Amino acid sequence: MYKILETKELAANIFLMVVEAKRVAKACQPGQFVIVRTDEKAERIPLTICDYDRNEGTVTIVFQIVGAGTQMMSVLKKGDSFCDFVGPLGCPSEFVSEDINVLKEKKMLFVAGGVGTAPVYPQVKWLHEHGIDADVIVGAKTKDLLILEEEMQAVAGNLYVTTDDGSYGRSGMVTQTITDLVGEGRRYDVCVAIGPMIMMKFVCKLTKELELPTIVSLNPIMVDGTGMCGACRVTVGGNVKFACVDGPEFDGHQVDFDEAMRRQQIYKTEEGRAFLEAKEGDTHHGGCGNCQ
Amino acid sequence: MDVLKKVPVREQDAKVRAANFEEVCLGYHKEEAMEEAQRCINCKNAQCIKGCPVAIDIPGFIEKVKDGDIEAAYQVISKSSALPAVCGRVCPQESQCEGKCIRGIKGEPVSIGKLERFVADWAGENGIKPQGTQEKNGKKVAVIGSGPAGLTCAGDLAKMGYEVTIFEALHEPGGVLVYGIPEFRLPKTKVVAKEIENVKALGVKIETNVVIGKSVTIDELIGEEGFDAVFIGSGAGLPKFMGIPGEQANGVFSANEYLTRSNLMKAFDENSNTPIARGKKVAVIGGGNVAMDAARTALRLGAEVHVVYRRSEEELPARVEEVHHAKEEGIIFDLLSNPVEILQDEKGWVCGMKCIKMELGEPDESGRRRPVEVPGSEFIIDVDTVVMSLGTSPNPLISATTKGLEVNKWKCIVADEESGKTTKEGVYAGGDAVTGAATVILAMGAGRAGAKGIDEYLKNK
Repeated sequence: MYKILETKELAANIFLMVVEAKRVAKACQPGQFVIVRTDEKAERIPLTICDYDRNEGTVTIVFQIVGAGTQMMSVLKKGDSFCDFVGPLGCPSEFVSEDINVLKEKKMLFVAGGVGTAPVYPQVKWLHEHGIDADVIVGAKTKDLLILEEEMQAVAGNLYVTTDDGSYGRSGMVTQTITDLVGEGRRYDVCVAIGPMIMMKFVCKLTKELELPTIVSLNPIMVDGTGMCGACRVTVGGNVKFACVDGPEFDGHQVDFDEAMRRQQIYKTEEGRAFLEAKEGDTHHGGCGNCQ
Repeated sequence: MDVLKKVPVREQDAKVRAANFEEVCLGYHKEEAMEEAQRCINCKNAQCIKGCPVAIDIPGFIEKVKDGDIEAAYQVISKSSALPAVCGRVCPQESQCEGKCIRGIKGEPVSIGKLERFVADWAGENGIKPQGTQEKNGKKVAVIGSGPAGLTCAGDLAKMGYEVTIFEALHEPGGVLVYGIPEFRLPKTKVVAKEIENVKALGVKIETNVVIGKSVTIDELIGEEGFDAVFIGSGAGLPKFMGIPGEQANGVFSANEYLTRSNLMKAFDENSNTPIARGKKVAVIGGGNVAMDAARTALRLGAEVHVVYRRSEEELPARVEEVHHAKEEGIIFDLLSNPVEILQDEKGWVCGMKCIKMELGEPDESGRRRPVEVPGSEFIIDVDTVVMSLGTSPNPLISATTKGLEVNKWKCIVADEESGKTTKEGVYAGGDAVTGAATVILAMGAGRAGAKGIDEYLKNK
């Protein structure tokens, strides 16, 4: 069992949990993820790692309620446990193994969207700890959905916050901020964009025009997370890759986003039903049309 | 009683079982087992033992069954096998022990598999545990993977006095016995979990949720965690796809994914939170045991199922019994057919599959006649779900993170067949990680060889 030491609702339906998981905390690197299960009947849910403390043996996860599984996770309290917590899975971000002096010469731009701010954080923090200040754009739909602003402020070079509705910080999508920054004459050598698939698609479309190499982190459907099932296959540069063992980070300009988005929909109907069941409990009658 | 024939085994009726996940074969009861045991003529030079990859004393245990002393029969088997209830169900006996049985020359061989199964189930029901922990010798061995190879290796080493820890990547131990082979062929709670408990009763520890190569490396196990030797039984690997157009459509799954959802995650059960695609018309591509498992799972989930295989029935790599069961249940075999394209609707979901007819040409390097396309013979099968069951390629997680561990040109770990010894000192390997996808019993044989190899290594160290 993996004990939950702390929980916090960062924004409506977005939760942070600090979990005791010694092996994961010892081995994980920025860019990697974990798979968790709440109980014996639960799905295996892949989640990005937001932070880790090697001394304490803890790993911080951030998740948004999107279905039955995450709904069940959200009711867990401090002192409860996950029955399974496995990782770290996937490959670490490439820069972790780069020559630090070469890396120091690079100007990096991170673009985080929504809950994607969570996996961006450990990357920026790692760079900060290695004496590198990266610029970070954090985008949220609206002010109330903005997460980890203070934490990011503490480790980022320049932090640019933008909201779709202009309720806080800059106004507009993250792509607008990228355009603005480049327009102001800022130059970047590499961009890392993590957020909803649709956001990464449009960031990549823009950075391709700007000839700015861009890395994205994909979150396709997964079961085992160790390469065994192939559910997470994505097309990158015309080749089929397994996100769990080849990724989750890929060259964003090579990713077939339309296919990846379509493949994320495979279980939407089943997931929707399960979500309603988890949310409505005993009052659930099996989906639409059965209400009496 | 006709001594030339096996005592028939009771099975669930094909029509009934096609709609449930209960076990197909019901096994012998004691009287039936004792009657069948009478058929064994207790050969002095028993060929059946030579046919068994773990060399069970087959006439020895059958002799005990004849006497009705089932506990003694179990102890004979458990000297050689850690998983008799599993092997009695899934071993290809027809090409191993039963294939060598003298009775088989003139009539049917002794039903060794069903007898083994009966003995193991009886022991399980009556709480009989395998004997055998002697004093601990103070040496620690790490076993990677809790499938048939790992469990066998761990059980053998524990009996020799080693302190053994198995590391399992998934949340449940059992490997392919849990994620791969369906409930209706190998019940999980009644059979697999019990046999794993027996291995644990020998003193073996199992740590789940540890991915070797990610959570911890082999070098760290030896260096920091103080293990004296390591056995790699990490299993098959990444599913293969055909590389044909449309394979990324929604509704195309690997057999590994399909079976893992149903078996490990229990998606067939309405109470499980893991979804599975319940297609109306499912095509399973391939002709091996895994293809049969996937097809029969799809059938039980309510689909019309086609097995599409490019050679003829004679070449089907699946066990005859599995093919027979599949046919009985209503699986349709589209033989000498090969998919060339998966068709998708405007939303990217599977809406059909274009195949081409094949004919058999000259034998290829595997000795089987090579299938060749018949020009202009394309046809379309109406399906909404496609399951690819084409085998696997090795998982790179361990080989990529372990210095000095050599792999061959197929990326399988190089290991000595006799001892499991790899190119890295103190590291042994066996099972699918070494041979590529094979059978449960061959993996168990390799686990046993690995345990012997490790024992010799540590004794002389």
